[in-house]
Amino acid sequence: MSDVLAITEHRRGELRDVSLEMVSAGRDLADQTGGDLHLAVVSGDVDALADDVNREGADAIHTVEYGEEFNHDVYTQAIEQLYAEVDPQFLLAPNSVNGMDYAPAVAEGLALPLVTDAIDLAYDDGLTVTREEYGGKVETTIDVEEDHAAVTIRPAEWPQAEGTGDAAIEAFDADIDESEIKSTVTGYEEVAGGDVDISEADFLVSIGRGIDEEENLPLIEALVEATDATLSSSRPIVDNGWLPANRQVGQSGKVVTPDVYIAIGISGAVQHVAGMKGADTIVAINTDPNAPIWDLADYGIEDDLFDVVPALIEEFGGEVPDL
Amino acid sequence: MKILVTVKEVAEVEDEFEISGGDIAEQYLEYDLNEWDDYAVEEAVQISEDVDDVEVVTATIGPERAEETIRMALAKGADRAIRVWDDDLEADSYLDVDSKAELLAAVVEEEAPDLVLTGVQAGDEANGATGVTLAEKIGFEWAAVVNQLDLDVEGGVANVHRELEGGVEELTEVESPAVLTIQSGINEPRYASLRGIRQAQSKPLDVKTLGDVGLDASVLESSLNQTDLYEPESEGDATVWSGDAEETAGELAAFLRDKGVVEA
Repeated sequence: MSDVLAITEHRRGELRDVSLEMVSAGRDLADQTGGDLHLAVVSGDVDALADDVNREGADAIHTVEYGEEFNHDVYTQAIEQLYAEVDPQFLLAPNSVNGMDYAPAVAEGLALPLVTDAIDLAYDDGLTVTREEYGGKVETTIDVEEDHAAVTIRPAEWPQAEGTGDAAIEAFDADIDESEIKSTVTGYEEVAGGDVDISEADFLVSIGRGIDEEENLPLIEALVEATDATLSSSRPIVDNGWLPANRQVGQSGKVVTPDVYIAIGISGAVQHVAGMKGADTIVAINTDPNAPIWDLADYGIEDDLFDVVPALIEEFGGEVPDL
Repeated sequence: MKILVTVKEVAEVEDEFEISGGDIAEQYLEYDLNEWDDYAVEEAVQISEDVDDVEVVTATIGPERAEETIRMALAKGADRAIRVWDDDLEADSYLDVDSKAELLAAVVEEEAPDLVLTGVQAGDEANGATGVTLAEKIGFEWAAVVNQLDLDVEGGVANVHRELEGGVEELTEVESPAVLTIQSGINEPRYASLRGIRQAQSKPLDVKTLGDVGLDASVLESSLNQTDLYEPESEGDATVWSGDAEETAGELAAFLRDKGVVEA
Protein backbone atom coordinates (compact mmCIF):
# COMPACT_ATOMS: atom_id res chain seq x y z
CA MET A 1 0.00 0.00 0.00
CA SER A 2 2.99 2.31 0.18
CA ASP A 3 4.00 1.77 -3.44
CA VAL A 4 4.08 4.43 -6.13
CA LEU A 5 2.72 3.95 -9.66
CA ALA A 6 4.08 6.40 -12.23
CA ILE A 7 2.72 6.69 -15.78
CA THR A 8 5.23 7.17 -18.60
CA GLU A 9 4.66 9.04 -21.85
CA HIS A 10 5.63 8.47 -25.46
CA ARG A 11 4.81 9.96 -28.83
CA ARG A 12 5.30 8.65 -32.35
CA GLY A 13 7.37 5.73 -31.15
CA GLU A 14 9.69 7.71 -28.89
CA LEU A 15 9.75 7.78 -25.13
CA ARG A 16 9.41 11.41 -24.01
CA ASP A 17 11.98 12.91 -21.65
CA VAL A 18 9.34 13.45 -19.00
CA SER A 19 9.10 9.67 -18.64
CA LEU A 20 12.65 9.52 -17.28
CA GLU A 21 11.79 12.39 -14.95
CA MET A 22 8.80 10.36 -13.75
CA VAL A 23 11.23 7.59 -12.77
CA SER A 24 13.23 10.06 -10.64
CA ALA A 25 10.16 11.68 -9.06
CA GLY A 26 8.59 8.29 -8.43
CA ARG A 27 11.80 6.90 -6.92
CA ASP A 28 12.11 9.93 -4.62
CA LEU A 29 8.59 9.44 -3.34
CA ALA A 30 8.84 5.63 -3.07
CA ASP A 31 12.01 6.06 -1.00
CA GLN A 32 10.07 8.31 1.34
CA THR A 33 7.03 6.00 1.60
CA GLY A 34 9.24 2.91 1.85
CA GLY A 35 7.58 1.20 -1.10
CA ASP A 36 8.33 0.05 -4.62
CA LEU A 37 8.24 2.15 -7.77
CA HIS A 38 5.97 0.72 -10.47
CA LEU A 39 5.95 2.23 -13.95
CA ALA A 40 3.25 1.92 -16.58
CA VAL A 41 3.71 1.98 -20.34
CA VAL A 42 0.39 2.19 -22.19
CA SER A 43 0.00 1.78 -25.99
CA GLY A 44 2.67 1.85 -28.68
CA ASP A 45 5.55 -0.62 -28.97
CA VAL A 46 5.32 -1.34 -25.27
CA ASP A 47 8.24 -3.77 -25.04
CA ALA A 48 10.73 -1.40 -26.64
CA LEU A 49 9.40 1.54 -24.61
CA ALA A 50 9.58 -0.50 -21.39
CA ASP A 51 13.21 -1.41 -22.13
CA ASP A 52 13.95 2.25 -22.71
CA VAL A 53 12.41 3.43 -19.44
CA ASN A 54 13.97 0.60 -17.43
CA ARG A 55 16.41 2.84 -15.57
CA GLU A 56 17.91 2.73 -12.09
CA GLY A 57 15.22 3.09 -9.48
CA ALA A 58 12.38 1.27 -11.20
CA ASP A 59 11.15 -1.90 -9.46
CA ALA A 60 8.45 -3.06 -11.86
CA ILE A 61 7.20 -2.03 -15.28
CA HIS A 62 3.67 -2.85 -16.42
CA THR A 63 2.90 -2.76 -20.10
CA VAL A 64 -0.56 -2.38 -21.62
CA GLU A 65 -0.58 -3.26 -25.30
CA TYR A 66 -3.46 -1.43 -26.98
CA GLY A 67 -3.26 0.87 -29.99
CA GLU A 68 -0.26 2.77 -31.24
CA GLU A 69 -0.70 6.25 -29.86
CA PHE A 70 -2.16 8.07 -26.91
CA ASN A 71 -5.94 7.95 -26.59
CA HIS A 72 -7.33 9.24 -23.31
CA ASP A 73 -10.28 6.86 -23.24
CA VAL A 74 -7.86 3.92 -23.46
CA TYR A 75 -5.44 5.46 -20.93
CA THR A 76 -8.22 6.17 -18.45
CA GLN A 77 -9.51 2.61 -18.52
CA ALA A 78 -6.06 0.99 -18.53
CA ILE A 79 -4.68 3.09 -15.67
CA GLU A 80 -7.75 2.65 -13.49
CA GLN A 81 -7.53 -1.11 -13.90
CA LEU A 82 -3.78 -1.18 -13.34
CA TYR A 83 -4.20 0.95 -10.23
CA ALA A 84 -6.65 -1.60 -8.83
CA GLU A 85 -4.15 -4.38 -9.57
CA VAL A 86 -0.98 -2.70 -8.22
CA ASP A 87 -2.80 -1.00 -5.33
CA PRO A 88 -0.26 1.79 -4.88
CA GLN A 89 -0.48 4.58 -2.35
CA PHE A 90 0.24 7.31 -4.88
CA LEU A 91 -0.37 7.65 -8.59
CA LEU A 92 1.95 9.98 -10.52
CA ALA A 93 1.40 11.28 -14.05
CA PRO A 94 3.21 13.94 -16.07
CA ASN A 95 1.70 17.42 -16.07
CA SER A 96 2.10 17.36 -19.85
CA VAL A 97 -0.60 18.18 -22.38
CA ASN A 98 -1.57 14.51 -22.46
CA GLY A 99 -1.28 14.16 -18.69
CA MET A 100 -3.76 17.02 -18.38
CA ASP A 101 -6.02 15.07 -20.75
CA TYR A 102 -6.31 11.88 -18.68
CA ALA A 103 -5.04 12.40 -15.10
CA PRO A 104 -8.08 14.39 -13.88
CA ALA A 105 -10.42 11.74 -15.34
CA VAL A 106 -8.46 8.91 -13.72
CA ALA A 107 -8.41 10.70 -10.35
CA GLU A 108 -12.14 11.29 -10.60
CA GLY A 109 -12.79 7.68 -11.65
CA LEU A 110 -10.73 6.33 -8.74
CA ALA A 111 -12.07 8.97 -6.28
CA LEU A 112 -8.51 10.11 -5.55
CA PRO A 113 -7.67 13.66 -4.50
CA LEU A 114 -5.70 15.30 -7.30
CA VAL A 115 -2.89 17.81 -6.98
CA THR A 116 -1.47 19.08 -10.26
CA ASP A 117 1.82 20.50 -11.49
CA ALA A 118 3.94 19.47 -8.49
CA ILE A 119 7.44 20.89 -8.21
CA ASP A 120 8.29 19.01 -5.00
CA LEU A 121 6.92 16.05 -3.05
CA ALA A 122 7.52 15.32 0.64
CA TYR A 123 6.12 12.44 2.64
CA ASP A 124 6.03 12.35 6.40
CA ASP A 125 2.94 10.49 7.63
CA GLY A 126 1.17 12.26 4.80
CA LEU A 127 1.92 13.77 1.45
CA THR A 128 2.82 17.44 1.04
CA VAL A 129 2.97 18.78 -2.49
CA THR A 130 4.69 22.03 -3.41
CA ARG A 131 3.31 23.92 -6.37
CA GLU A 132 3.34 27.40 -7.89
CA GLU A 133 0.57 29.95 -8.31
CA TYR A 134 0.17 33.33 -9.96
CA GLY A 135 2.58 32.56 -12.78
CA GLY A 136 5.36 31.46 -10.43
CA LYS A 137 5.24 34.52 -8.17
CA VAL A 138 4.32 32.42 -5.13
CA GLU A 139 4.74 28.85 -4.02
CA THR A 140 2.17 26.97 -1.98
CA THR A 141 2.21 23.72 -0.06
CA ILE A 142 -0.80 21.44 -0.24
CA ASP A 143 -1.23 18.79 2.46
CA VAL A 144 -3.16 15.70 1.42
CA GLU A 145 -5.23 14.33 4.30
CA GLU A 146 -6.12 11.06 2.63
CA ASP A 147 -3.70 8.12 2.41
CA HIS A 148 -4.05 7.89 -1.36
CA ALA A 149 -3.72 10.59 -4.00
CA ALA A 150 -2.95 11.34 -7.63
CA VAL A 151 -0.32 13.96 -8.43
CA THR A 152 0.83 15.36 -11.75
CA ILE A 153 4.52 16.24 -12.02
CA ARG A 154 5.83 19.37 -13.71
CA PRO A 155 8.10 18.44 -16.64
CA ALA A 156 11.83 19.28 -16.34
CA GLU A 157 11.61 19.69 -12.56
CA TRP A 158 13.20 16.34 -11.65
CA PRO A 159 16.39 14.95 -13.23
CA GLN A 160 16.13 12.24 -15.84
CA ALA A 161 16.82 8.80 -14.44
CA GLU A 162 19.99 7.23 -15.79
CA GLY A 163 21.72 3.87 -15.80
CA THR A 164 20.17 0.51 -16.57
CA GLY A 165 17.46 -0.83 -14.33
CA ASP A 166 16.57 -4.42 -13.59
CA ALA A 167 12.85 -3.96 -13.15
CA ALA A 168 10.64 -6.89 -13.98
CA ILE A 169 8.64 -6.12 -17.13
CA GLU A 170 5.18 -7.62 -17.03
CA ALA A 171 2.32 -7.40 -19.50
CA PHE A 172 -0.95 -6.28 -17.94
CA ASP A 173 -4.05 -7.51 -19.69
CA ALA A 174 -6.37 -4.51 -19.44
CA ASP A 175 -9.99 -5.10 -20.39
CA ILE A 176 -10.64 -2.11 -22.63
CA ASP A 177 -14.34 -1.50 -23.31
CA GLU A 178 -14.37 -0.23 -26.88
CA SER A 179 -17.86 1.22 -26.54
CA GLU A 180 -16.36 3.67 -24.04
CA ILE A 181 -13.83 4.97 -26.58
CA LYS A 182 -15.50 8.15 -27.78
CA SER A 183 -12.54 10.08 -29.07
CA THR A 184 -10.34 9.15 -32.00
CA VAL A 185 -6.91 10.54 -32.76
CA THR A 186 -6.81 10.93 -36.53
CA GLY A 187 -3.33 12.37 -37.04
CA TYR A 188 -0.66 14.88 -36.19
CA GLU A 189 0.36 18.17 -37.71
CA GLU A 190 3.55 20.17 -37.36
CA VAL A 191 3.15 23.88 -36.78
CA ALA A 192 4.33 25.73 -39.88
CA GLY A 193 8.05 26.42 -39.85
CA GLY A 194 8.15 29.69 -41.77
CA ASP A 195 11.27 31.32 -43.16
CA VAL A 196 13.28 31.70 -39.94
CA ASP A 197 14.45 28.88 -37.70
CA ILE A 198 14.97 30.46 -34.29
CA SER A 199 16.41 27.20 -32.96
CA GLU A 200 19.47 27.80 -35.16
CA ALA A 201 20.12 31.39 -34.03
CA ASP A 202 23.16 32.35 -31.93
CA PHE A 203 21.72 35.62 -30.67
CA LEU A 204 18.02 35.99 -29.87
CA VAL A 205 16.20 39.13 -28.84
CA SER A 206 12.97 37.85 -27.37
CA ILE A 207 9.90 39.81 -26.35
CA GLY A 208 6.96 39.16 -24.06
CA ARG A 209 3.86 40.78 -22.66
CA GLY A 210 5.90 43.73 -21.43
CA ILE A 211 5.78 45.38 -24.84
CA ASP A 212 2.07 46.03 -24.20
CA GLU A 213 0.93 46.89 -27.73
CA GLU A 214 1.61 45.71 -31.26
CA GLU A 215 2.43 49.35 -32.06
CA ASN A 216 5.56 48.98 -29.91
CA LEU A 217 6.93 46.13 -32.02
CA PRO A 218 8.97 48.46 -34.34
CA LEU A 219 11.07 49.48 -31.32
CA ILE A 220 12.20 45.89 -30.83
CA GLU A 221 12.63 45.40 -34.58
CA ALA A 222 14.94 48.40 -34.62
CA LEU A 223 17.06 46.79 -31.90
CA VAL A 224 17.08 43.51 -33.82
CA GLU A 225 18.24 45.33 -36.93
CA ALA A 226 20.93 47.36 -35.14
CA THR A 227 22.39 44.26 -33.48
CA ASP A 228 21.81 41.78 -36.30
CA ALA A 229 19.92 39.57 -33.88
CA THR A 230 17.03 37.16 -34.51
CA LEU A 231 13.62 38.05 -33.13
CA SER A 232 11.69 35.57 -31.02
CA SER A 233 8.91 35.83 -28.45
CA SER A 234 6.95 34.25 -25.66
CA ARG A 235 3.51 32.83 -26.20
CA PRO A 236 1.23 35.88 -25.70
CA ILE A 237 2.87 37.72 -28.61
CA VAL A 238 2.02 34.85 -30.95
CA ASP A 239 -1.46 34.39 -29.43
CA ASN A 240 -2.12 38.04 -30.21
CA GLY A 241 -1.07 37.50 -33.79
CA TRP A 242 1.77 40.04 -33.57
CA LEU A 243 4.37 37.47 -34.64
CA PRO A 244 3.99 34.13 -36.48
CA ALA A 245 4.07 30.82 -34.60
CA ASN A 246 7.58 29.95 -35.81
CA ARG A 247 8.94 32.73 -33.55
CA GLN A 248 7.55 31.25 -30.35
CA VAL A 249 9.98 29.96 -27.74
CA GLY A 250 8.58 27.53 -25.18
CA GLN A 251 7.02 24.22 -24.34
CA SER A 252 4.55 24.39 -27.22
CA GLY A 253 6.91 26.37 -29.44
CA LYS A 254 10.60 25.96 -30.23
CA VAL A 255 13.45 24.96 -27.94
CA VAL A 256 16.35 27.36 -28.49
CA THR A 257 20.02 27.21 -27.53
CA PRO A 258 21.61 30.54 -28.50
CA ASP A 259 24.84 31.96 -27.10
CA VAL A 260 22.91 34.98 -25.82
CA TYR A 261 19.19 35.25 -25.13
CA ILE A 262 17.84 38.69 -24.20
CA ALA A 263 14.42 38.34 -22.59
CA ILE A 264 12.67 41.69 -22.86
CA GLY A 265 9.47 42.10 -20.87
CA ILE A 266 9.21 38.35 -20.40
CA SER A 267 8.16 37.18 -16.93
CA GLY A 268 9.55 33.68 -17.37
CA ALA A 269 6.47 31.46 -17.01
CA VAL A 270 7.38 27.80 -16.79
CA GLN A 271 6.09 27.05 -20.30
CA HIS A 272 8.43 29.67 -21.73
CA VAL A 273 11.39 28.63 -19.63
CA ALA A 274 11.08 25.09 -21.01
CA GLY A 275 12.14 26.48 -24.38
CA MET A 276 14.95 28.87 -23.45
CA LYS A 277 16.78 27.61 -20.40
CA GLY A 278 19.38 25.96 -22.63
CA ALA A 279 20.69 29.37 -23.71
CA ASP A 280 24.34 29.89 -22.84
CA THR A 281 23.82 33.37 -21.39
CA ILE A 282 20.44 34.81 -20.43
CA VAL A 283 19.94 38.56 -20.05
CA ALA A 284 16.67 39.90 -18.58
CA ILE A 285 15.23 43.37 -19.05
CA ASN A 286 12.26 43.59 -16.73
CA THR A 287 10.74 46.03 -14.24
CA ASP A 288 9.35 43.30 -11.99
CA PRO A 289 11.98 42.20 -9.43
CA ASN A 290 9.84 39.15 -8.55
CA ALA A 291 9.49 37.86 -12.10
CA PRO A 292 10.60 34.21 -12.33
CA ILE A 293 12.97 35.15 -15.20
CA TRP A 294 15.42 36.44 -12.58
CA ASP A 295 15.94 32.87 -11.34
CA LEU A 296 17.49 32.04 -14.70
CA ALA A 297 19.10 35.28 -15.78
CA ASP A 298 22.88 35.60 -15.76
CA TYR A 299 22.70 39.36 -16.29
CA GLY A 300 19.91 41.83 -16.11
CA ILE A 301 18.56 45.35 -16.12
CA GLU A 302 15.73 46.04 -13.68
CA ASP A 303 14.19 48.92 -15.58
CA ASP A 304 11.51 49.90 -18.05
CA LEU A 305 12.17 48.41 -21.48
CA PHE A 306 10.87 51.62 -23.08
CA ASP A 307 13.81 53.47 -21.51
CA VAL A 308 16.46 50.79 -21.93
CA VAL A 309 15.77 49.58 -25.48
CA PRO A 310 16.01 53.03 -27.14
CA ALA A 311 19.29 53.64 -25.30
CA LEU A 312 20.55 50.27 -26.48
CA ILE A 313 19.57 50.99 -30.09
CA GLU A 314 21.53 54.24 -29.91
CA GLU A 315 24.54 52.37 -28.46
CA PHE A 316 24.67 50.39 -31.68
CA GLY A 317 24.08 53.37 -33.93
CA GLY A 318 20.55 52.39 -34.86
CA GLU A 319 17.57 54.66 -35.35
CA VAL A 320 14.94 54.78 -32.63
CA PRO A 321 11.48 54.76 -34.23
CA ASP A 322 8.75 57.16 -33.15
CA LEU A 323 6.08 55.16 -31.39
CA MET B 1 -28.11 24.13 -29.16
CA LYS B 2 -26.73 25.37 -25.88
CA ILE B 3 -23.08 26.08 -25.04
CA LEU B 4 -22.04 26.53 -21.43
CA VAL B 5 -18.80 28.43 -20.84
CA THR B 6 -17.19 28.39 -17.42
CA VAL B 7 -15.87 31.82 -16.61
CA LYS B 8 -13.54 32.55 -13.72
CA GLU B 9 -12.51 35.85 -12.29
CA VAL B 10 -8.84 35.59 -11.42
CA ALA B 11 -6.55 37.74 -9.36
CA GLU B 12 -3.40 39.18 -10.85
CA VAL B 13 -0.56 40.09 -8.52
CA GLU B 14 1.22 43.40 -8.74
CA ASP B 15 5.00 43.40 -9.22
CA GLU B 16 5.60 44.20 -5.57
CA PHE B 17 3.40 42.52 -2.99
CA GLU B 18 3.18 41.33 0.58
CA ILE B 19 1.81 38.15 2.04
CA SER B 20 -0.30 38.29 5.17
CA GLY B 21 -2.29 35.58 6.89
CA GLY B 22 -1.21 32.93 4.40
CA ASP B 23 -2.41 34.82 1.37
CA ILE B 24 -1.41 37.72 -0.83
CA ALA B 25 -2.67 40.91 0.78
CA GLU B 26 -5.80 42.16 -1.00
CA GLN B 27 -4.39 45.57 -1.94
CA TYR B 28 -1.82 43.91 -4.26
CA LEU B 29 -4.45 42.06 -6.29
CA GLU B 30 -6.30 43.14 -9.38
CA TYR B 31 -9.19 41.12 -10.72
CA ASP B 32 -9.88 40.25 -14.30
CA LEU B 33 -11.51 37.68 -16.56
CA ASN B 34 -9.27 34.60 -16.72
CA GLU B 35 -7.28 34.86 -19.96
CA TRP B 36 -8.04 31.30 -21.13
CA ASP B 37 -11.76 31.73 -20.40
CA ASP B 38 -11.76 34.84 -22.59
CA TYR B 39 -10.78 32.61 -25.53
CA ALA B 40 -13.45 30.07 -24.52
CA VAL B 41 -16.14 32.79 -24.47
CA GLU B 42 -15.00 34.04 -27.88
CA GLU B 43 -15.10 30.52 -29.33
CA ALA B 44 -18.66 30.02 -28.06
CA VAL B 45 -19.80 33.39 -29.38
CA GLN B 46 -18.25 32.68 -32.79
CA ILE B 47 -20.13 29.36 -32.94
CA SER B 48 -23.36 31.19 -32.06
CA GLU B 49 -22.70 33.58 -34.94
CA ASP B 50 -22.08 30.73 -37.40
CA VAL B 51 -24.79 28.31 -36.37
CA ASP B 52 -28.50 29.06 -36.03
CA ASP B 53 -30.22 28.97 -32.70
CA VAL B 54 -27.28 28.74 -30.31
CA GLU B 55 -27.54 30.00 -26.75
CA VAL B 56 -24.32 30.83 -24.89
CA VAL B 57 -24.57 30.65 -21.10
CA THR B 58 -21.72 31.43 -18.73
CA ALA B 59 -21.25 29.79 -15.34
CA THR B 60 -19.11 31.31 -12.61
CA ILE B 61 -18.26 30.39 -9.06
CA GLY B 62 -17.52 33.69 -7.41
CA PRO B 63 -18.54 36.55 -5.14
CA GLU B 64 -20.53 39.61 -6.16
CA ARG B 65 -17.32 41.35 -7.24
CA ALA B 66 -17.08 38.80 -10.10
CA GLU B 67 -20.14 40.30 -11.75
CA GLU B 68 -17.98 42.94 -13.39
CA THR B 69 -16.09 40.16 -15.13
CA ILE B 70 -19.27 38.29 -15.98
CA ARG B 71 -20.80 41.43 -17.53
CA MET B 72 -17.70 41.64 -19.69
CA ALA B 73 -18.40 38.14 -21.04
CA LEU B 74 -22.04 39.14 -21.62
CA ALA B 75 -20.89 42.28 -23.42
CA LYS B 76 -18.82 40.10 -25.74
CA GLY B 77 -21.89 38.16 -26.78
CA ALA B 78 -22.86 35.57 -24.17
CA ASP B 79 -26.64 35.48 -23.75
CA ARG B 80 -27.01 35.01 -20.01
CA ALA B 81 -25.00 34.16 -16.93
CA ILE B 82 -25.18 32.07 -13.79
CA ARG B 83 -23.14 32.89 -10.70
CA VAL B 84 -22.99 30.43 -7.81
CA TRP B 85 -22.12 31.79 -4.39
CA ASP B 86 -23.36 31.79 -0.83
CA ASP B 87 -22.16 32.11 2.76
CA ASP B 88 -20.74 28.58 2.81
CA LEU B 89 -18.62 29.29 -0.27
CA GLU B 90 -17.61 32.67 1.18
CA ALA B 91 -16.40 30.93 4.36
CA ASP B 92 -14.46 28.23 2.50
CA SER B 93 -10.75 28.94 2.50
CA TYR B 94 -9.59 26.57 -0.24
CA LEU B 95 -11.86 25.41 -3.04
CA ASP B 96 -10.22 22.39 -4.62
CA VAL B 97 -10.64 21.09 -8.18
CA ASP B 98 -13.10 18.40 -7.12
CA SER B 99 -15.41 20.85 -5.35
CA LYS B 100 -15.34 23.28 -8.27
CA ALA B 101 -16.11 20.51 -10.73
CA GLU B 102 -18.92 19.24 -8.49
CA LEU B 103 -20.48 22.72 -8.39
CA LEU B 104 -20.18 23.16 -12.14
CA ALA B 105 -21.59 19.66 -12.66
CA ALA B 106 -24.71 20.71 -10.76
CA VAL B 107 -25.08 23.71 -13.08
CA VAL B 108 -24.56 21.50 -16.15
CA GLU B 109 -27.23 19.15 -14.86
CA GLU B 110 -29.75 22.00 -14.67
CA GLU B 111 -28.78 23.58 -17.97
CA ALA B 112 -28.20 20.42 -20.03
CA PRO B 113 -25.84 22.06 -22.55
CA ASP B 114 -24.66 20.30 -25.72
CA LEU B 115 -21.13 21.60 -25.34
CA VAL B 116 -19.11 22.93 -22.41
CA LEU B 117 -16.08 25.15 -23.00
CA THR B 118 -13.60 25.97 -20.24
CA GLY B 119 -10.20 27.64 -20.26
CA VAL B 120 -7.25 25.21 -20.13
CA GLN B 121 -6.30 26.66 -16.77
CA ALA B 122 -6.77 29.69 -14.58
CA GLY B 123 -4.07 32.32 -14.29
CA ASP B 124 -4.07 32.26 -10.49
CA GLU B 125 -4.15 28.67 -9.20
CA ALA B 126 -3.28 27.04 -12.51
CA ASN B 127 -4.60 23.60 -11.66
CA GLY B 128 -5.51 22.90 -15.28
CA ALA B 129 -7.82 20.09 -14.22
CA THR B 130 -11.35 21.39 -13.64
CA GLY B 131 -12.58 20.85 -17.21
CA VAL B 132 -11.61 17.19 -17.52
CA THR B 133 -12.76 16.44 -13.96
CA LEU B 134 -16.11 18.03 -14.81
CA ALA B 135 -16.38 15.94 -17.99
CA GLU B 136 -15.82 12.73 -16.07
CA LYS B 137 -18.37 13.72 -13.42
CA ILE B 138 -21.14 14.45 -15.92
CA GLY B 139 -20.32 11.61 -18.30
CA PHE B 140 -19.38 13.90 -21.22
CA GLU B 141 -16.53 13.15 -23.60
CA TRP B 142 -13.70 15.69 -23.50
CA ALA B 143 -10.52 17.08 -25.02
CA ALA B 144 -7.87 19.09 -23.18
CA VAL B 145 -5.75 21.91 -24.59
CA VAL B 146 -7.76 22.58 -27.73
CA ASN B 147 -6.34 25.21 -30.08
CA GLN B 148 -8.62 24.61 -33.05
CA LEU B 149 -12.27 23.62 -33.08
CA ASP B 150 -14.48 22.65 -35.99
CA LEU B 151 -17.90 21.65 -34.75
CA ASP B 152 -19.98 19.23 -36.81
CA VAL B 153 -23.36 19.97 -35.25
CA GLU B 154 -25.31 17.50 -37.43
CA GLY B 155 -22.84 14.68 -36.91
CA GLY B 156 -22.49 15.33 -33.18
CA VAL B 157 -18.71 15.47 -33.45
CA ALA B 158 -16.19 18.10 -32.48
CA ASN B 159 -13.07 17.99 -34.67
CA VAL B 160 -10.31 19.48 -32.57
CA HIS B 161 -6.62 20.15 -32.68
CA ARG B 162 -4.88 19.61 -29.35
CA GLU B 163 -1.70 21.60 -28.92
CA LEU B 164 1.01 19.18 -27.84
CA GLU B 165 4.54 20.16 -26.84
CA GLY B 166 7.22 21.11 -29.35
CA GLY B 167 5.10 22.55 -32.16
CA VAL B 168 3.03 19.41 -32.78
CA GLU B 169 -0.75 19.30 -32.87
CA GLU B 170 -2.92 16.23 -32.42
CA LEU B 171 -6.05 15.95 -34.58
CA THR B 172 -8.89 14.32 -32.71
CA GLU B 173 -12.57 13.61 -33.23
CA VAL B 174 -14.60 13.89 -30.07
CA GLU B 175 -18.22 12.78 -29.75
CA SER B 176 -20.53 15.35 -28.24
CA PRO B 177 -21.79 16.25 -25.72
CA ALA B 178 -18.27 17.18 -24.74
CA VAL B 179 -16.20 19.40 -22.49
CA LEU B 180 -13.37 21.12 -24.36
CA THR B 181 -10.63 23.00 -22.51
CA ILE B 182 -9.61 25.92 -24.67
CA GLN B 183 -6.00 27.01 -25.18
CA SER B 184 -5.06 30.64 -25.68
CA GLY B 185 -4.48 31.64 -29.29
CA ILE B 186 -7.38 29.58 -30.67
CA ASN B 187 -9.02 32.84 -31.81
CA GLU B 188 -8.78 36.56 -31.30
CA PRO B 189 -11.02 37.55 -28.39
CA ARG B 190 -13.02 40.65 -29.27
CA TYR B 191 -13.12 43.80 -27.22
CA ALA B 192 -16.48 44.52 -25.69
CA SER B 193 -18.13 47.25 -27.74
CA LEU B 194 -19.90 50.14 -26.05
CA ARG B 195 -23.16 48.82 -27.43
CA GLY B 196 -22.30 45.36 -26.08
CA ILE B 197 -21.52 46.79 -22.66
CA ARG B 198 -24.88 48.61 -22.63
CA GLN B 199 -26.74 45.50 -23.70
CA ALA B 200 -24.95 43.38 -21.12
CA GLN B 201 -26.57 45.39 -18.34
CA SER B 202 -29.97 44.03 -19.25
CA LYS B 203 -28.96 40.42 -19.89
CA PRO B 204 -30.00 37.90 -17.21
CA LEU B 205 -27.45 37.16 -14.49
CA ASP B 206 -28.85 34.61 -12.04
CA VAL B 207 -27.26 34.24 -8.63
CA LYS B 208 -27.67 30.80 -7.12
CA THR B 209 -26.80 29.33 -3.75
CA LEU B 210 -25.51 25.82 -3.22
CA GLY B 211 -29.06 24.87 -2.25
CA ASP B 212 -30.43 26.33 -5.49
CA VAL B 213 -28.30 23.93 -7.52
CA GLY B 214 -29.22 20.99 -5.32
CA LEU B 215 -26.06 20.84 -3.22
CA ASP B 216 -25.10 21.57 0.35
CA ALA B 217 -21.92 22.57 2.16
CA SER B 218 -20.67 18.98 2.16
CA VAL B 219 -19.54 19.57 -1.44
CA LEU B 220 -16.87 21.91 -0.06
CA GLU B 221 -15.28 19.27 2.16
CA SER B 222 -11.79 18.57 0.92
CA SER B 223 -8.90 16.32 1.77
CA LEU B 224 -6.53 18.96 0.43
CA ASN B 225 -5.38 21.84 2.60
CA GLN B 226 -3.30 24.75 1.46
CA THR B 227 -0.90 25.00 4.39
CA ASP B 228 1.53 27.65 3.26
CA LEU B 229 1.98 30.37 0.69
CA TYR B 230 5.27 32.20 0.32
CA GLU B 231 7.54 33.95 -2.12
CA PRO B 232 9.97 31.39 -3.54
CA GLU B 233 13.57 31.94 -2.64
CA SER B 234 15.30 33.31 -5.68
CA GLU B 235 17.61 30.74 -7.19
CA GLY B 236 19.11 33.39 -9.36
CA ASP B 237 22.46 35.04 -9.03
CA ALA B 238 22.13 37.46 -11.91
CA THR B 239 24.56 40.33 -12.23
CA VAL B 240 22.16 43.27 -12.31
CA TRP B 241 23.54 46.39 -13.95
CA SER B 242 22.49 49.52 -12.11
CA GLY B 243 22.20 53.16 -13.09
CA ASP B 244 19.97 55.06 -15.47
CA ALA B 245 18.92 53.60 -18.81
CA GLU B 246 21.93 55.06 -20.68
CA GLU B 247 24.34 53.51 -18.19
CA THR B 248 22.72 50.08 -18.06
CA ALA B 249 22.27 49.98 -21.85
CA GLY B 250 25.98 50.87 -22.11
CA GLU B 251 26.89 47.96 -19.83
CA LEU B 252 24.75 45.56 -21.86
CA ALA B 253 26.17 46.86 -25.16
CA ALA B 254 29.72 46.37 -23.90
CA PHE B 255 28.81 42.87 -22.76
CA LEU B 256 27.34 41.96 -26.15
CA ARG B 257 30.43 43.25 -27.97
CA ASP B 258 32.66 41.42 -25.53
CA LYS B 259 30.75 38.22 -26.07
CA GLY B 260 31.17 38.69 -29.79
CA VAL B 261 27.48 38.43 -30.69
CA VAL B 262 27.31 42.06 -31.88
CA GLU B 263 30.03 43.57 -34.02
CA ALA B 264 28.58 47.04 -34.45
